[in-house]
Amino acid sequence: MSGHTQEEIRHHVSIYLRVFGALLILTVLTVGVSYLHLPLHAAIAVALIIATVKASLVAAFFMHLAGEKKIILAVLLLAAFFFVFLLTYPSLHAL
Amino acid sequence: MESLIKHISKPHPVTGVTNAKLGTWCFLASEIMLFGALFSSYVLLRVGAGTAWPRGSDILNVPLATLNTLVLITSSVTMVMACASLALKNLGKYRLYMGATILLAFVFLVVKSFEYGHKFEHHHFPSTSTFYAIYFTLTGLHGLHVIGGIVVNTYLLFPGSALWKKDPDQFMGRVEAAGLYWHFVDLVWIFLFPVLYLL
Amino acid sequence: MSKNAVNGHGPAAAHDSHGSHGHDLPFWQKYIFSQDHKIIGMQYGLTALLFLLFGFGLVMLMRWQFAYPGQPVPFIGGLFSDDTMPGGVMLPEFFYQLGAMHGTIMVFLGIVPLAVGAFGNYVVPLQIGAPDMAFPKLNMMSYWLYFIGGCVMLASFFIPGGTAQSGWTSYPPLSVIAGQGQTFWLIGMAFLINSSLLGSVNFIVTIIQLRADGMTFNRLPFFVWAQFVTAFLLLLAFPPLMGAAVLQLMDRLAHTSFFMPSGLVVNDQVVAGSGGGNPVLWQHLFWFLAHPEVYVLILPAMGIVGEIIACNTRKTLYGYKALVDSVIFIGFMSFIVWAHHMFLTGMGTKMSAFFQVTTMIISIPSVIILTALVLSLWGGSIRFNTPMLFAVAFLPMFGIGGLTGLPLGLNASDIHLHDTNYVIGHFHYVVAPGTIFALFAGIYHWFPKMTGRKMSEVLGKIHFTFSLIFMNGVFMPMFIQGMAGVLRRMYDPTQYAHAVPTQPLSVFSSVSAWCLGLAQIPFIFNFFYSIFFGKKVEENPWHATTLEWTAPTPPPHGNFAVAPQVYRGPYEYSTPNHKNDFWPQSMRETN
Repeated sequence: MSGHTQEEIRHHVSIYLRVFGALLILTVLTVGVSYLHLPLHAAIAVALIIATVKASLVAAFFMHLAGEKKIILAVLLLAAFFFVFLLTYPSLHAL
Repeated sequence: MESLIKHISKPHPVTGVTNAKLGTWCFLASEIMLFGALFSSYVLLRVGAGTAWPRGSDILNVPLATLNTLVLITSSVTMVMACASLALKNLGKYRLYMGATILLAFVFLVVKSFEYGHKFEHHHFPSTSTFYAIYFTLTGLHGLHVIGGIVVNTYLLFPGSALWKKDPDQFMGRVEAAGLYWHFVDLVWIFLFPVLYLL
Repeated sequence: MSKNAVNGHGPAAAHDSHGSHGHDLPFWQKYIFSQDHKIIGMQYGLTALLFLLFGFGLVMLMRWQFAYPGQPVPFIGGLFSDDTMPGGVMLPEFFYQLGAMHGTIMVFLGIVPLAVGAFGNYVVPLQIGAPDMAFPKLNMMSYWLYFIGGCVMLASFFIPGGTAQSGWTSYPPLSVIAGQGQTFWLIGMAFLINSSLLGSVNFIVTIIQLRADGMTFNRLPFFVWAQFVTAFLLLLAFPPLMGAAVLQLMDRLAHTSFFMPSGLVVNDQVVAGSGGGNPVLWQHLFWFLAHPEVYVLILPAMGIVGEIIACNTRKTLYGYKALVDSVIFIGFMSFIVWAHHMFLTGMGTKMSAFFQVTTMIISIPSVIILTALVLSLWGGSIRFNTPMLFAVAFLPMFGIGGLTGLPLGLNASDIHLHDTNYVIGHFHYVVAPGTIFALFAGIYHWFPKMTGRKMSEVLGKIHFTFSLIFMNGVFMPMFIQGMAGVLRRMYDPTQYAHAVPTQPLSVFSSVSAWCLGLAQIPFIFNFFYSIFFGKKVEENPWHATTLEWTAPTPPPHGNFAVAPQVYRGPYEYSTPNHKNDFWPQSMRETN
């Protein structure tokens, strides 16, 4: 955050508060949907989509990943790529 | 000797980042792989159990966990406000927001201890089933990370804040790094909560 | 800020105390809890060499049982307790302890700390023209976490029931029901994993951020590229093993069933616990680390060999770009081949096909690297000093190791070869006359920079000759035994009739191993003797081009009195129309 003007920082703060609001709403939403007792696959999909949106907001705005330097994004992309293999392949063992 | 090492306070002209920022993101990349392994285990065990896997909401306390989710999200906001306060050169506001972050983290742990205590009272332990095993392990490891965050943030609130006078850029970098870590802890919970409690 | 002399004094006053201006640090802060990458590198080096010796000792003892199953060990058999070797005859439990800890110690306490912690720490900041690593305190912590982890591993030898005995791979359910030693193994691994993690962050940030002016990525020595990729492997591959270790600790201590299947019966008793777990889950998480781990073992070695070949052929390395692209590609691919260690675990055909394909693909960059290094010799003005002998021998040895891996990477042939001595032969060729030879080469090569003296060439050549002969003596017969169906990790393989005809090969391997042990004596003597009495040499005795040779010997704290400015690539040897046959990277004018 160094190198920004006072004006820019106050603008960031207003973004933080709006993201906060969105996160609160999405949390209420995800809990509310769970009470609908959707079939399992739909429930998983909805829950993960909402979680991904929330996580993206935190990552993009609180962690300043939106507009972050390329080197950081490259390291994360690498980790994300291997994360997918780690998450899925063990369960596909018998495929 | 530290003065010989460059890009501690000011970013590298080509990469555009300080050493601490790059280092923190590398560390977070490794944490993605750590929790990835545990989530992978969850997927494998649940797929293997088929219909025998219980519904999280039947076993776990959703209202308490929802409260905890809101607590952690709020603590992320106070953390980012702490960073913004430093950028606005307001040490007093920084202390307020950082203190609030630490307090909220303690609230999270207290709520968690109620959850765990309730489970133990009813003789539900990690050994009871693979559901409980992965629940306690995932939330336990996350909880240890919360404790780690409390330690770091408390250091930055009290003794560590002396650096603000000597090198405000370096101190702000440290708080930003701690913030990145703290948001990551929040991020993990954002996935943990629905996966364990709602599905 | 870039061209600062150390603490404002003139270049000649570059001193070796840390931190405060002109004060000398107390002994314990300067040499024990040092934050200087060179001291830390030497700490790693000495500790790792001791562990390598100890780990080798374990297998020299084990080799008696391989050669003469059930016979009392001569001379030293009586020194062991009745819990381990009653009447000098090794108990199966002790045999498996030796095996598990030999593997664990050699890989995690020996080779990686030496290749990365010692060579990486010492050489990388110097070669990129940096004053130290990016995070000196973190560097110090990395060493001490390694030290503690090593102590925990060693301590496990002395607890009741002995140390870990479920292989270095610790497969459940066996590892979960095993004695206390396995818990020590898991805790020790936790320390080692975190040590590596912190170290890898340091390497990545240092190489990206602290290169001297003019040191672009394409002017980096190949050794630095190798360490850079290695650091990413450690960063991203170790955490899953940390997770797995936590799960296994939970299974052992909290009686969870992450890896324990339902209805398991051991010694006619049903194992208590909820069941519902899956032993293959451990294998996936373990090998997700352990496959990149083997590239952690080989990449720094390739880097060292590259440096030494360029220097001793007085020629630039052939195919620098191909070498760099290949290490990057190997690093990337190494994450998606792991299940070739698991072909016999009931894997489906699609998964098996995927991993066979990726495994075959990853052999391509390995061959490119080997070929480029071999081609680098062509037309060179070769100096056959000791480091060069080890570096050149690395090439065919790694070639054998790599080629013998191919039938293991293909499912059909692996069905026959899996868990036989063939596997042992394969991976030892890559690691022993492969990596360890490269590490020896590195020690002989960089010894003059660390100490200002050269090691004896006579002793070095004796060390080399006999090591080469006996390495092959130990491991070549194992391919034959493996193809004959002799199983690995067997207390007495001759209980199976098909293993009896190749038993004389076990004797041959064991005798070779003991002779290999003897062959290290000239090296150990040479190493310590030369520190005090070796021939004194100047700053750049090999006339090498990379930046570490422009620093004083030994380099002071902060390394360079004035931060170097880099003008050219790393291997400007025998440049046409140049007075000397080498042109250091930071030298401005023609010399």
